[in-house]
Amino acid sequence: MRPIAHRLLAAAALLALPATASAHRQWLLPSATIFSGTSSWVTVDAAVSNDLFFFDHQPLRLDGIKAWAPDGSSATIENGSTGRYRSTFDVKLDKPGTWKIGTQQNGLMGSFKLNGEERRVGGRGGGMGPGGPGIPGGPGAGAPGGAPRPPVLSVANIPAEATDVKLTETMSRNEIFVTAGEPTTTVFTPSGKGLEMAPVTHPDELVAGEPARFRFLIDGQPAPGLKVIVIPGGKRYRNAENAVELTTGPDGVLKVDWPAAGMYWLNATLTDTKTSTPRATERRLSYATTLEVLAP
Amino acid sequence: MRPSSFALIGTLIAGPAAAAGTVNITIPRLSVAEYHRPYVAGWIEPAGGGTARSLFVWYDVKKAGNEPGTKWLSDLRAWWRKGGRSLAMPADGISGATRAPGTYSITLPADLKPGAYVLNVEAARETGGRELVSVPVAVPAKAASGAGKAELGAVTLSAR
Repeated sequence: MRPIAHRLLAAAALLALPATASAHRQWLLPSATIFSGTSSWVTVDAAVSNDLFFFDHQPLRLDGIKAWAPDGSSATIENGSTGRYRSTFDVKLDKPGTWKIGTQQNGLMGSFKLNGEERRVGGRGGGMGPGGPGIPGGPGAGAPGGAPRPPVLSVANIPAEATDVKLTETMSRNEIFVTAGEPTTTVFTPSGKGLEMAPVTHPDELVAGEPARFRFLIDGQPAPGLKVIVIPGGKRYRNAENAVELTTGPDGVLKVDWPAAGMYWLNATLTDTKTSTPRATERRLSYATTLEVLAP
Repeated sequence: MRPSSFALIGTLIAGPAAAAGTVNITIPRLSVAEYHRPYVAGWIEPAGGGTARSLFVWYDVKKAGNEPGTKWLSDLRAWWRKGGRSLAMPADGISGATRAPGTYSITLPADLKPGAYVLNVEAARETGGRELVSVPVAVPAKAASGAGKAELGAVTLSAR
């Protein structure tokens, strides 16, 4: 029983806290980023793990994954499958240009007190997928060896007499870019919400030895002084993580030097108070992408 | 009238040949268990940077279906980025079938403006390697040469 309960808790935590400070990394790994012609497919691994890009912990759930064709229209996720450690899916790249594939998750989490007892609040707000306020592992997913926990409530169910309401909004993006033929930029158009990347260097034109520039935006405005971490894949075959922590300039532009060809995971997180939900006091933003750097 | 128009045609035909140089590319014979003819592309770009111009690309033009021969053109990754990805295949006067080991000649376009250029030849082979040979050249052509170590042999430019 114990391992199952643990697993359920872990799964619930993953769903509820997409922007958690946990070291576990959510990543999407495309089979390639540059394709010739319009009869190719990209296949993508999606997982949550510490070491990049090794799936050994949890799969990334597919319900929130979407794909956008080069013209910005939505494309089909095909052959989706979720295994013990990773999910995998395909996208048929039948139009020339740059495609975007990924997730945008908005959520809300927090707690309040009722008659001195602390209760948890969680749920995915509006945004992607049919999710809604439902949280798996509700009633019955008790703490190990203890009494059953009260169910996690949605925000709408916070009673009027609740005290110490602490709510945190979360907005996380995790996206990858793949190109068939000539690169295009339509899918980079910012939505103006949350933390986004507006590439200066096209993400499918990265070459070792050539610095790349990406502009980061918060609610559509350049994000100066944003800390961004860049980690190369292949962790198992070296000692150090080799993570590089970088900071965006006054114009929100990040300059990245690529020491070698390979797949890199890039992540930026930020906490601010620009909330849009009533009673929320804090907002956690997260952006992640996987970039392929080719040899010169 | 007749003799002069003949003379004119003569100039037209002779003109390009006089201005262009000839590139010789050697595809080496490799002693490997599984050999496939390489995809090879050549392009020329101004030495100081500028638009690259594709000269030729040899790929599996016959293979069709789910995985057409064009699928692996992006394995010529430098050429792909330098303009290969903008070409519709087959490209008139540029694309052709893969070639067996041997030495092949390509003439430089006659309308290249005089100046300093870099001539690039890139080869990528199925179950094999990939190599790029870059040779600084001048137009009008003077003799120049470079050589690959694995996937390409000599790449030479001669004045004619």
